[in-house]
Amino acid sequence: MVSFLIAAAFFVATLLFIYGLKRMASPVTAPSGIRVAGWGMVIAVAAAFLYAFDVRPAASEHLGTNFLLALVALGIGVAWAWRSGKRVEMTGMPQMVALYNGMGGGAAAAIAAVELYSGNAQAYGFVVTVLALVGGLIGAVALSGSIVAWAKLDGRLNRTLRFNAQQLVNGGLLALAALFALYVLIVGAGAVPTTAITLFFIAALVLGVLLTTPIGGADMPVVISLYNAFTGLAVAFEGFVLQNPAMIIAGTVVGSAGTLLTFLMAKAMNRSVSNVIFSNFGEEDDGSGGIEGSMKSVDASDAAISMYYGSKVIIVPGYGLAVAQAQHKLYEFVKLLQKQGVEVAFAIHPVAGRMPGHMNVLLAEAGIPYDIIHDLEDINEEFALSDAALVIGANDVVNPAARTNESSPIYGMPILNVDYAQQAFVVKRGQGRGYSGVENELFFADNTHMVYGDAQKVMVEMIEAVKSLGNG
Amino acid sequence: MDATTAITGFVALYIFMLAAFTGYEIIGRVPAILHTPLMSGSNFVHGIVVVGAIWALLNAATPLEQTIGFIGVLLGAGNAAGGYVVTDRMLDMFKSSDRQD
Repeated sequence: MVSFLIAAAFFVATLLFIYGLKRMASPVTAPSGIRVAGWGMVIAVAAAFLYAFDVRPAASEHLGTNFLLALVALGIGVAWAWRSGKRVEMTGMPQMVALYNGMGGGAAAAIAAVELYSGNAQAYGFVVTVLALVGGLIGAVALSGSIVAWAKLDGRLNRTLRFNAQQLVNGGLLALAALFALYVLIVGAGAVPTTAITLFFIAALVLGVLLTTPIGGADMPVVISLYNAFTGLAVAFEGFVLQNPAMIIAGTVVGSAGTLLTFLMAKAMNRSVSNVIFSNFGEEDDGSGGIEGSMKSVDASDAAISMYYGSKVIIVPGYGLAVAQAQHKLYEFVKLLQKQGVEVAFAIHPVAGRMPGHMNVLLAEAGIPYDIIHDLEDINEEFALSDAALVIGANDVVNPAARTNESSPIYGMPILNVDYAQQAFVVKRGQGRGYSGVENELFFADNTHMVYGDAQKVMVEMIEAVKSLGNG
Repeated sequence: MDATTAITGFVALYIFMLAAFTGYEIIGRVPAILHTPLMSGSNFVHGIVVVGAIWALLNAATPLEQTIGFIGVLLGAGNAAGGYVVTDRMLDMFKSSDRQD
């Protein structure tokens, strides 16, 4: 009876997960989608405590303690994550997703560890042991790798640790982990090789750190997405070990969805996933040699007035906009332009922000309706037809070098054709380079004017300039 | 371990294959503007791992297993709860822009 209840609850939970994810496919139904999936989780977790009626003989004497421990762990985990999730700023979302994802990987690795240390996985035979080991390896890599990704995005770790023959060391670590795993397999259901299991997990954790530290901040979205897929797979493998269909299906769905998302993201940056992981981006020559001309600057108010009298303006927002918290002011400015009859559109590069779609979230936060927000493919043709392009806090995604300069590290990445607009205004804090460290030719172009200053302050000045026109 | 019918061999492979295609199809249809909430949403969904961690902890027989199981439940619960809150907050913002798709 109890096992039927558990099985039925997991079935319902799995159904709700898939239905919820499907509802997330459209902005209109998405908010209800996560709620549906959330109920699935509540049902599954409640059902998991029914496992208490059917524990292994060896564990039955500890059942009371274990039940209490499970409740305490659940309570602490939920309370901590709930509070931190409520508090985090929208700009800080990517690192929190990385952190929560790493925790999932860690949980999968913990399941593998318990099953291996107790010898249960080995007792179920070769295949189950292999699955436990592979899931444990992937989960541990996702855990330590995600923590490094979080530390980097959160600004706690600024150094990009690189050393010679790094890939050789990584390969060696992987081989070492495989060796320990092999030993565990050979020993099989005999005496549990505790030391080998411990060394196996240590090798996996170190591998996750070393894989992630050389990757530059600009590539982090791809890495987070990859580790998300990793954790999904690890959960699925441990699901096979525990014979839990909800874990198998949910983990596999996330594993494949995450893999596809990773490739989509890498494609948007015109790089292969292996290139992201194994190349040292941001280290090579910055390709700035041949840039001629000088940057011209203009006052915010002059730029605003010139846009006010245009008929079509395309805005390219970047991460700098979000850091300055200027989305709301920007929308206020946009509304003023619209009132004057100026056609305003937003152009979003696939990797604007720190994750794909991150910029859309940040604009949505300011209440900007998504029907004036366009993807790169939809809007790139229109730059040539627009009177002005306003670039705020974006850099690499509008760098024409990606089209023209073969020696540039970003060569080949699709960019927004801001340089085709009649004129371009670039709001920027200073003369520094973008996240990738590459000099931007656009800033030196004849029809480009730089508006220096904090994005929020610039927007306020622009609003005032336009308002004073309206009154006068 | 045997609360349900055993999932082994080809049955396991079939489940794996069908679930993989399901994931692929779901993402393939999602507009780019939802990629971040969706990554976060799928991050929440693999929080189901907490269920396995609870099972492992309930079946722990030694202090070592209990410790690791405890950490597992803690981490899994953080994954599920954090993933939910963050996704919900992001999607709430789409609701505030009162346009139809």
